Amino acid sequence: MKAVITVLGKDSVGILSKVSTACAEVGANIIEVTQSVLQDMFAMIMLAEIDNTSVPFDELSKKLDKLGEDNNLKIHVMHEDIFNSMHKI
Amino acid sequence: MLETKDILETINMIDNENLDVRTITMGISLIDCIDPDIDRACDKIYDKICRYAKDLVKTGEDITREYGIPIINKRISVTPIAIVAGVCQTQKILKFAKALDRAADTLGVNFIGGYSALVEKGFAAGDYALIESIPEALAVTERVCSSVNIGSTKAGINMDAVRMMGKAVVDTAKLTADNNCIGAAKLVTFCNAVQDNPFMAGAFHGVGEADCVINVGVSGPGVVRAALEKANCQDITEVADLVKKTAFKITRMGQLVAQQASQRLSVPFGIVDLSLAPTPAVGDSVAHILEEMGLEICGCHGTTAALALLNDAVKKGGVMASSHVGGLSGAFIPVSEDHGMINAVNQGALDITKLEAMTAVCSVGLDMLVIPGDVTPETVSAIIADEAAIGMVNSKTTAVRVIPAIGRKAGDELNFGGLLGSGPVMELRKGDPERFVNLGGRIPAPLQSLKN
Repeated sequence: MKAVITVLGKDSVGILSKVSTACAEVGANIIEVTQSVLQDMFAMIMLAEIDNTSVPFDELSKKLDKLGEDNNLKIHVMHEDIFNSMHKI
Repeated sequence: MLETKDILETINMIDNENLDVRTITMGISLIDCIDPDIDRACDKIYDKICRYAKDLVKTGEDITREYGIPIINKRISVTPIAIVAGVCQTQKILKFAKALDRAADTLGVNFIGGYSALVEKGFAAGDYALIESIPEALAVTERVCSSVNIGSTKAGINMDAVRMMGKAVVDTAKLTADNNCIGAAKLVTFCNAVQDNPFMAGAFHGVGEADCVINVGVSGPGVVRAALEKANCQDITEVADLVKKTAFKITRMGQLVAQQASQRLSVPFGIVDLSLAPTPAVGDSVAHILEEMGLEICGCHGTTAALALLNDAVKKGGVMASSHVGGLSGAFIPVSEDHGMINAVNQGALDITKLEAMTAVCSVGLDMLVIPGDVTPETVSAIIADEAAIGMVNSKTTAVRVIPAIGRKAGDELNFGGLLGSGPVMELRKGDPERFVNLGGRIPAPLQSLKN
């Protein structure tokens, strides 16, 4: 399954690296990255393959939550299906 | 590929606009638990509910974690207990309420609905005993919800049942007077009750339903209000379109949750109820949506028209988003659970007569209204009869959930806490309907019931 990882917050050096390192540590394979500045906010969206991660979804989510808190960012990890179902017919 | 703006929109809805799935409700049939021995019947009920719903709360939590969608409540509805109680060789059926409460407690669900009777045309075995036991049942249990259907478009209105329910509501409030009369907040009197409603306090598992089924109730008044605020519509048709589109997205999320829950629990998916259910949280108000449409305050002239548009657009948007839509589906207008409604009452803009008019076009009825504690049972019965008449004639569900605030008068406040919120005690109409209510009998079904 694929997870959508969104990172929102003020821009700073090394955000991409920190998030991707955290993903790599648990074996989440990042397959797509987009980033943009929207309404004065830095917004990065990653699509990650998480079938073969070493930790359950829950722990990945908590790990990135913590990373977000430590760096003053808001990080969400959500199943891609929720976006597909809400925005595609 | 997913669009950035779509992803951010969803996250914003959840983080800032109170988007949530209000409830996953498992409906469980108790038909196979019927037993003339009440103790044996209660054991069977407790065992069946605990067996079927053992993973319900965990599954809800798992879905929340995985999808990032808050699922606020996990609940259970059961076959109306009056049907199960009908064969018991006793009139003392309180044990059923206690068995349901025990099961809810074991499973960790916050409410269990179905301490109910369907008496729109008359009373069968078990119905009298059930209605008479309601006040005590709601006083001695914590999580049991009760509902009684006293009328329908097809059958008319059972005024004997209406009279009994007025008394039941007042007695329930009195028995729970030391706990903010909370019992009455768990008691709904319906006309045209639906059999697959996932929302409390009126949920029960209808007799035409399967053995076990998953129904999901979505919510999201905050999302609709925020969408209207951002769009700044210049035309009322634009407003209707925007509500439809937003309702579509909200319902799709509910559909996803319903499918997931149904798959993981190996229970058939029943319906998605696409209701806008407000909570006392700031920004999660149906009244505020109406105000966003251009009304100075909810309750002023124009409110009924705005609510009619909202209720209809929610249905139209949601109906394509789900494979099975059911339940009540529309906009709820519970006073104590809606920040904007409470404000409108406190400002003197919203009273019981305007609310009654609004119930002709909303999805349910007079909901979570706090009324003076010295109200007579006959007056409560008359309120129920008025609401039932609106439902019967308009072929829609109407309900009454009023809370007589024992020891308080108009202008005071009653605070329930949590999702039930707090409400100002509202003034009622003058005059005594006692003689009318005590006539009893049945109001004949209206002409529109003859559709065949």
